[in-house]
Amino acid sequence: MDEKTRHILECLEADARISHEKIATLTGMPVEEVSRIIKDMENSGVIRKYKTVIDWDLAGDENVYAIIELKVSLERRLGYQALVERLYKFPEVRSVRLLSGQYDLSLTVSGSSMKEVAFFVAEKISTLDQVQHTTTHFVLKTYKEDGVILYEQDQVARLPVTP
Amino acid sequence: MRKTCRPSKFVADVINQVPPSGIRRYFDLASEIDDAISLGVGEPDFVTPWHIREACIHSLECGETSYTSNYGLMELREEISGSFSVKYNTFYDPCSEILVTSGVSEALDVAIRAITNPGDEIIIPQPSYVAYVPSVMFAGGVPVPVMNSIENNFRLLPEDLEAAITDKTKALILNYPNNPTGATMSRKDLEAIADVVAEHDIMVISDEVYDCLTYNGRHTCFASLEGMRDRTILLNGFSKAYAMTGFRLAFAMAPPEIIASMMLIHQYCMLCAPVIAQLGAIEALRNGQTEMEKMVRDYDRRRHLIVSGLNKVGLDCFEPKGAFYAFPSIQSTGLSSEEFAERLLFEQKVVTIPGNVFGEAGDGFLRCSYATSMQEIEEALARIEAFVDGL
Repeated sequence: MDEKTRHILECLEADARISHEKIATLTGMPVEEVSRIIKDMENSGVIRKYKTVIDWDLAGDENVYAIIELKVSLERRLGYQALVERLYKFPEVRSVRLLSGQYDLSLTVSGSSMKEVAFFVAEKISTLDQVQHTTTHFVLKTYKEDGVILYEQDQVARLPVTP
Repeated sequence: MRKTCRPSKFVADVINQVPPSGIRRYFDLASEIDDAISLGVGEPDFVTPWHIREACIHSLECGETSYTSNYGLMELREEISGSFSVKYNTFYDPCSEILVTSGVSEALDVAIRAITNPGDEIIIPQPSYVAYVPSVMFAGGVPVPVMNSIENNFRLLPEDLEAAITDKTKALILNYPNNPTGATMSRKDLEAIADVVAEHDIMVISDEVYDCLTYNGRHTCFASLEGMRDRTILLNGFSKAYAMTGFRLAFAMAPPEIIASMMLIHQYCMLCAPVIAQLGAIEALRNGQTEMEKMVRDYDRRRHLIVSGLNKVGLDCFEPKGAFYAFPSIQSTGLSSEEFAERLLFEQKVVTIPGNVFGEAGDGFLRCSYATSMQEIEEALARIEAFVDGL
């Protein structure tokens, strides 16, 4: 990755709403070049989506989240892909990851109550042929999401003037 | 009745000769104003990366709280030596050519004291960091300012250096990337300085604490130039590159005879740099590269923002290629640096430092640090615009 691209991606990662003009100012590049590079990255899939980090708890949302670990057995010729595609089509499933170690897959699942999530796992996930075993961990509190700390921290005072 | 005491008469003459720090005055003024935005800060706004702080916490848990060698921990000196070999292809022997100090401030003081006889002249290109002139005076030397100018992007010109050299000249203090101007000097610029330095057989104290904060282009280490290693005292530290200002940790590198002389002073005035900071510095050198590069890219974007913003409001600002300062000219406003900075502070609550604090050559300029968040820089620029428009 070249230095210009890295600058642009860091700007967008810090603030998805930043304008191309602002990025041009911050990087000293012409705005046309910024727009072209961003367009290319949108087309190639480097930039997947522009999204917002939301503290749903603070917003008063009652949704519960759970991390589900899956131990799976694979069918001949069909790798993880076939199973993963069945899993991620459920809107309840927020993320799907292939893991190293004791478990094979990790899902993040959301639902309106613990009961709903538990039943979703019992009825839709555990019953899949390839799934041997599931472990459900309910999320009690999120402290940091996608690099953003979700509570107010004390600011350390700096002196206003130093040499 | 005994004689009354007038304490001030006991203060040494040299102290009274040192002019009061202009920065100090702005500190006092700025402290009186609530919710001012400060562009007056000469330190990173980043907190020391967590892995460094964590290493320090771990060292405390392990009870590593003793004195170290006067020179500093051997492990740290080896890391420093290794990093300079890689970065600048210049080798310093960790056993005899590196001294770990409490900040570049101490390294500077010790370096000057180690080479200065009463009456020796030390050349200081200006605008310069505020400690250089007083440090030379405390050591009994004579500071000789050389005026750098905006026409040359605040680089030191070889002819100006040559003109300042007399038979009493002992050394030149270089500081590039520069505080307060953000100026840098290219390899070619420095080669020309090296020619003059060698010709007149003087030493160079090169304060390169901002070396990692060099944008578009690579920093040239003065000691890496042909023939310069043996006549250079190289100063560098962890404050700027690793956001470790409060740790007070830096180092000097020089030929063994010079380091031995510096150590002689250091061992009696400081004994050794704080061990906890030394352990943090080892961690910084081993694992700090990625976060440091990220900080540098962040500074680079703020640099573009502040320079274009200042130019937009009509304060001519040359492109600073290093450190984290913009140094705009305020001459178009007709105000003096001090008037501008003071009125900006009281009328729009933005703290900046008037350029004349850094020597006469800084008159007509303003030091604006961009080591502060993007939002604060934008707000400060908006306030500066309002101030300039209202003049």
